[in-house]
Amino acid sequence: MRFTLKKDKSGVVVVGVEGQLIVGNRQELKQKVLDALEEGSRKFVIDFSKTGYIDSSGLGVLVSLSKKIREQGGELRLAGLNADLQTLFELTKLDTLFAITRTAEEALAAF
Amino acid sequence: MKLDVPSDLRVVGDAVELVASHLPPGTLSPRRISFNLRTALAEALGNAIRYGTGEDPRRIVRVLVELGRDVVRIYVVDDGAGFDPGGTPDPTSPENLEREFGRGLFVIRHLVDDVAFNEKGNGICLTLRAG
Repeated sequence: MRFTLKKDKSGVVVVGVEGQLIVGNRQELKQKVLDALEEGSRKFVIDFSKTGYIDSSGLGVLVSLSKKIREQGGELRLAGLNADLQTLFELTKLDTLFAITRTAEEALAAF
Repeated sequence: MKLDVPSDLRVVGDAVELVASHLPPGTLSPRRISFNLRTALAEALGNAIRYGTGEDPRRIVRVLVELGRDVVRIYVVDDGAGFDPGGTPDPTSPENLEREFGRGLFVIRHLVDDVAFNEKGNGICLTLRAG
């Protein structure tokens, strides 16, 4: 399980989530994104293409980060959800809160 | 299979992997193990550690896995005061949608075939069936 942050040439921060986003590691993700926000980044993509599962704490941290980023005039997009994760977002209705694209590349192109 | 999990949120992922990797092949489909079981067990353990044992490192959460023909039952029990599982608000209602917390039980109920609680409310049984 690890998180990777890369900034593309247009300044969008792409966060990779490998493994799982759950109660035990959500704070680490939150802090990394908040640090980037503090340093001036405003556009974020979280790429879940290498993510196995997300629990409700992981979902909660995404909601929290999205709010904080919006408060700073930025935007958080999600990408790469597999079928099970997509279903999780739909049943919790969080698919209505986030812009979700099939791939990180599509999310980057949409900014 | 029995497992005593320290009351530390950082070990939830490892505990989940330990249980999932010790299920005999064919008990559940790989997809149900890789997503439904892992997610539901992480929820149950996280709730037990955070709310049941208050993340007190001197306390433990007990996990018991029972295997039947075409069924897996996972019991997660803490030594806390318990809670009322009927008292949780709907996290999908508009006023709750942007809340950070409150989705755990809702998610569990959608991922497993049956959820049961003991009388005290400090133990949960997750039932997953094959198919």
